[in-house]
Amino acid sequence: MPTETSTAPQASRPSLNQPRSRTDLFVSFTLLALQGFGGVVAVVQRELVERKRWMTREQFVEDWAVAHVMPGPSVVNLSMMIGGRYFGLGGALAAMAGMLAIPLVIVLLLAALYSGVADTAVAQGALRGMGAVAAGLVAATGLKLTGALAKNAMGLGICIALAVLTFVAIAVLRWPLAWVLPGIGVPACLWAWTRLAATDGNHAEKQT
Amino acid sequence: MSTSLTPADWIGLFTHFTALSLLAVGGVITTVPDMQRYLVADQHWLTDSQFTSSVALAQAAPGPNVLFVALMGWNVGLNAGGGLGGGPTAWALALLGVAATMTGILLPSSILTYSATQWAHRNRELRAVRAFKVGMAPMVIALMLATGWLLIANHDQPQRDWPLWLLATVATLLVWRTKIHLLWMIGAGALLGAIGWV
Repeated sequence: MPTETSTAPQASRPSLNQPRSRTDLFVSFTLLALQGFGGVVAVVQRELVERKRWMTREQFVEDWAVAHVMPGPSVVNLSMMIGGRYFGLGGALAAMAGMLAIPLVIVLLLAALYSGVADTAVAQGALRGMGAVAAGLVAATGLKLTGALAKNAMGLGICIALAVLTFVAIAVLRWPLAWVLPGIGVPACLWAWTRLAATDGNHAEKQT
Repeated sequence: MSTSLTPADWIGLFTHFTALSLLAVGGVITTVPDMQRYLVADQHWLTDSQFTSSVALAQAAPGPNVLFVALMGWNVGLNAGGGLGGGPTAWALALLGVAATMTGILLPSSILTYSATQWAHRNRELRAVRAFKVGMAPMVIALMLATGWLLIANHDQPQRDWPLWLLATVATLLVWRTKIHLLWMIGAGALLGAIGWV
């Protein structure tokens, strides 16, 4: 039989925590968003996987894959998915509101302030320095998540090949995502399907 | 900059962002070139520098990057109300702009994503659902690495930009290998930039 949820290992699940209420979701995602300079996904990974332990690294990769492939802002999609899983539509809205409400007020205030200092070398230098660190945060989160590929049903070799192909297409050749995503993603999902079919078949044989 | 928007223009602004919402696969940042074409080149509702600083400021500010869309709406409204000196009318129109662009960019994609993911969660044992998640995992991890690379690769003058590359590399290693709080690193980046070291 397939495991109870998706492909994440059964053994690591009992030690996971979960949000207590919609308010907990709202507050948690507000705090996540407020720490996310230059993008929130690095913070979501660190807080929800490593600190709060609401999900495993493998579950995070799976959810992030869906959130990123669906249209719309990826990290807002991710917050809705996590909120919706525990508390339905109300949970999804609470998590989404947490992600957006207070950061929206802050960014509008910053815009009003920044218009006064936009031309100064100090403000531009600070933006430049923060941008470089933000680039490092995203890259490091990607590096951390590569560990999750060891348990991927497609096999580590195939996973590395797919990742390298994707990186080259997007970062080096600068091809549009709208081509790369189906071009590499569809064959990858078909291959995953055949591998899962094979392992499901083996499990079924062992049980009979 | 001062412009004026008819009610039809406001509806046009809203519907343009609803369309972009459904096209924003891989994050809203992928639709930035089209927003620039629409808001700056075609409609002349924003100046080029207002557009660029909306994106840069939202990326530096806390919160999801999608908030640059709110800043664009804010600036469109502000321009329509006569700029920062336009008083309460300008502020009200700026808020209307935020409402139009943010609701537009969020509503269609959120309804679609919520319905699709709820369905997928109920059917999580279907082999097709599992194959999708397993198959896409290496790609989305590579996309994160590519995003980090592209953010720094825009600074392509090695003689001037090497300290920036060094800073990004050190930040990568520290986040990857240590548990130092992310805010310390962002703060350090801002400080190093402000005193002109990177």
